[in-house]
Amino acid sequence: MDVPPVVMIDPIDSLRDRRADFPILGETVHGRPLVFLDSAASAQKPVQVIDAMGDAMRTQYANIHRGLHWMSERTTDVYEAVRDQVAGLIGASAREEVIFTRNSTEAINLVAYSFGSMMRPGQAVVISEMEHHANLVPWQMLRDRTGIELRVAPITDDGDIELDALERLVADGKVALVAVTHMSNVLGTVTPARQIADIAHAAGARVLFDGSQFVVHRRVDVQAIDADFYTFTGHKLYGPTGIGVLWGRRELLDAMPPFMGGGDMISSVTFERSTWANVPHKFEAGTPAIIETIGLGAAISYIEAIGYEAVAAHEAALVEYALPRLAEVPGLHVVGAPAERGGVISFTMDDVHPHDIATLLDRNGIAVRAGHHCAEPLMRRLGLSATARASFALYTTREEVDALASTLTQIRGFFV
Amino acid sequence: MDQDGLYQQQVIERARTPVHAGPLEGATGRGEGTNPMCGDRVRVGVWLDGEGRIGTVRHQARGCAICLASADMMAELAVGQEQSGAVMMGRAFTALLQTGQDDGVRPELMVFAPLRQHRSRIRCATLAWSALEAALTGAPAEDSKDG
Ligand SMILES: Cc1ncc(COP(=O)(O)O)c(C=O)c1O
Repeated sequence: MDVPPVVMIDPIDSLRDRRADFPILGETVHGRPLVFLDSAASAQKPVQVIDAMGDAMRTQYANIHRGLHWMSERTTDVYEAVRDQVAGLIGASAREEVIFTRNSTEAINLVAYSFGSMMRPGQAVVISEMEHHANLVPWQMLRDRTGIELRVAPITDDGDIELDALERLVADGKVALVAVTHMSNVLGTVTPARQIADIAHAAGARVLFDGSQFVVHRRVDVQAIDADFYTFTGHKLYGPTGIGVLWGRRELLDAMPPFMGGGDMISSVTFERSTWANVPHKFEAGTPAIIETIGLGAAISYIEAIGYEAVAAHEAALVEYALPRLAEVPGLHVVGAPAERGGVISFTMDDVHPHDIATLLDRNGIAVRAGHHCAEPLMRRLGLSATARASFALYTTREEVDALASTLTQIRGFFV
Repeated sequence: MDQDGLYQQQVIERARTPVHAGPLEGATGRGEGTNPMCGDRVRVGVWLDGEGRIGTVRHQARGCAICLASADMMAELAVGQEQSGAVMMGRAFTALLQTGQDDGVRPELMVFAPLRQHRSRIRCATLAWSALEAALTGAPAEDSKDG
């Protein structure tokens, strides 16, 4: 009997057919096919997301939670079903723990404002040296408003959080919250979330993870990492702009005061006083981003249908392929060498400024980001003023990495 | 590679081996321009001659090739100018890049004209000129914005 040969599907090629789901990838830039390597800034959208939003506006739209009519009730159902989807995606123990925000930035600001308002002078918040400005500036504002202390956990030259130092920073028991990234948008570092949570909890602190980059590449389980707050943003997850998520433990959210006041977040209002609705509505004042939430739901369905296992394997294989390819480019230096890296690679090149790299890549249809990537203190820590950054999505191909590497070699030749 | 000719040899050469880079100590006026978007920074020192004209300009530029080359050309073109003339020269250059309108821009600066197609890079070329204006007028150099 013939045994059929075992066909090993290359994890990079396994998602090749999915490219067809992204209409924009058929576009040309400066007469060249678009090579989009800036997905960490914002990902492109599959037709499933585009259609879900269009269909909602065409066939099934009204304000939610208010109308006593069919359209409103249907739209409310669809909107609230996305909350269930998000809860399922990240392993929330209750749907009420999922709060819709405008983006990750707003989710972090909500915690800084609301959870922060319960902190007292003398207490502290710890962040890390590799935070996006979104997880840095809100804490500085809280410090300046309330007199808490802001502490910064150092990273190694490779780009990993120094856990010993973190332990020392929380040791005095004054830290109310450790707020760190789950994956760096500059170095690609995937942080050891569970270890960080354990360190925080042992010192009586709560822990927030900025999952803006992480959720794009790996499955999050907020229980497994023992998080207290988790944030992410829809537009990086193949969804639309204008929708983000804050997840928090129910008992914390219940104890926290509202962030914004208005319609939908109240249970009763008189001229003298108002009382608050229960979570999640307490934190969702005003008409939310209904269409965008529906789009986020479609994006989550899209990823779940492909499967995080396939997404993560594709990305890991692509990073493994790209690092040596880039190392062959004369004068190129990859920034950082974290223990675990997601699909983000920052680099510099001798004699060529990152902005010149980005402009010349763009002339060849290749989109990368160059600059400080909203992480100026990290740049200073690394002794750099800017880097170029290539970032990968589920539609990125090996050929695109090749195009990047060979064009970089040409660019370098142009300057020396 | 560089279809629209932004990175002409002249620009790359200037960026690599600037002629007018140097210390600013003792300058009559000093100014700075920064671009928070990319961390580029140009510092300019101006020495006036006996008649109040620009005698010497030196710069300390940190940035991309466009920024470095532009700083060096600015230093060259400003020498011998009346102060107001140098300011006007920079403003005409900025207007050319921003609007396409050519109000007597010095022909040497036309190497930067392809920046019209790279809106996000215009500031790289105008930075040195705002630093010069700051050095001449004593006004704090304005920063460009970034998210
Ligand atoms: C790590 C990280 N945190 C936070 C953000 C902020 O996301 P948003 O601008 O959607 O709020 C980003 C994206 O720019 C990011 O990469």
